[in-house]
Amino acid sequence: MRHILIPFFSAAILALPAHADRLPVPAGAPPAFAAECGSCHLPFPPALLTAPDWKRVMASLDKHYGDNASLDEKTRRELEDFLVRHAATDRRKAGAGDPPRLTESAWFRREHREVPQAVWRDARVKSAANCAACHPRAEAGSYSEREIVVPGLGKHK
Amino acid sequence: METYAAEAAKQAPGYQPSGERGAALYSKRFGVSEKMPACTACHTETPDQAGRHAVTGKAIKPLGPRAEAARFTDAAKTEKWFRRNCSEVVGRECSAAEKADFILFLTEGK
Repeated sequence: MRHILIPFFSAAILALPAHADRLPVPAGAPPAFAAECGSCHLPFPPALLTAPDWKRVMASLDKHYGDNASLDEKTRRELEDFLVRHAATDRRKAGAGDPPRLTESAWFRREHREVPQAVWRDARVKSAANCAACHPRAEAGSYSEREIVVPGLGKHK
Repeated sequence: METYAAEAAKQAPGYQPSGERGAALYSKRFGVSEKMPACTACHTETPDQAGRHAVTGKAIKPLGPRAEAARFTDAAKTEKWFRRNCSEVVGRECSAAEKADFILFLTEGK
């Protein structure tokens, strides 16, 4: 499959707009952010969803993508404030569905448009929200193309 | 674990924690949740081994304190995860006896 992908990737690189190589979790995150939002999945950078979408997520934690992730009101509030404060202002990240999924925004889909369907279904990836499956330094906020390693396909060319 | 064992003994005099019952609980397929039918769905058959979240794919440090010393040292965290994972996987809250059995199994084996 690689020989098919190489020209595809090269063309795509030329066509890509400015990359979001760095998507760090902003400084000053409440300690509960890593503990509560980072135990089942990567603590997602707040800049991946807009404020209204974060509010929607935080208003329905008892039905959090199939899981009950309820928090006490003080913690919930604190995390919502943090997420909203650092939320995306880019409208390409708006309208991520209901419930909002950061993997459904126009921005995310464009950034990942070169990824073959089979990769999303790969057992090592499991979920499009498993950033670290292909971005090994995602936890450190680094999403540089040079670092991408796609399970089954290898390094991004 | 002592706290759970004491609570269980209060509820049922003569209760003694059992690693064997803990092991059975750990590997039992409850089947309440399709993606997480048992503890092993995320924590693997071997609790001293690193696991992976069955839905998100995120890496999970070993559950066993022999491999991950911090496990079960924070009472609030322990209780939080029993609450969340028992309702998710077992379909109800776990009893104090079950929690003590479970921790004994993970700490000392069967």
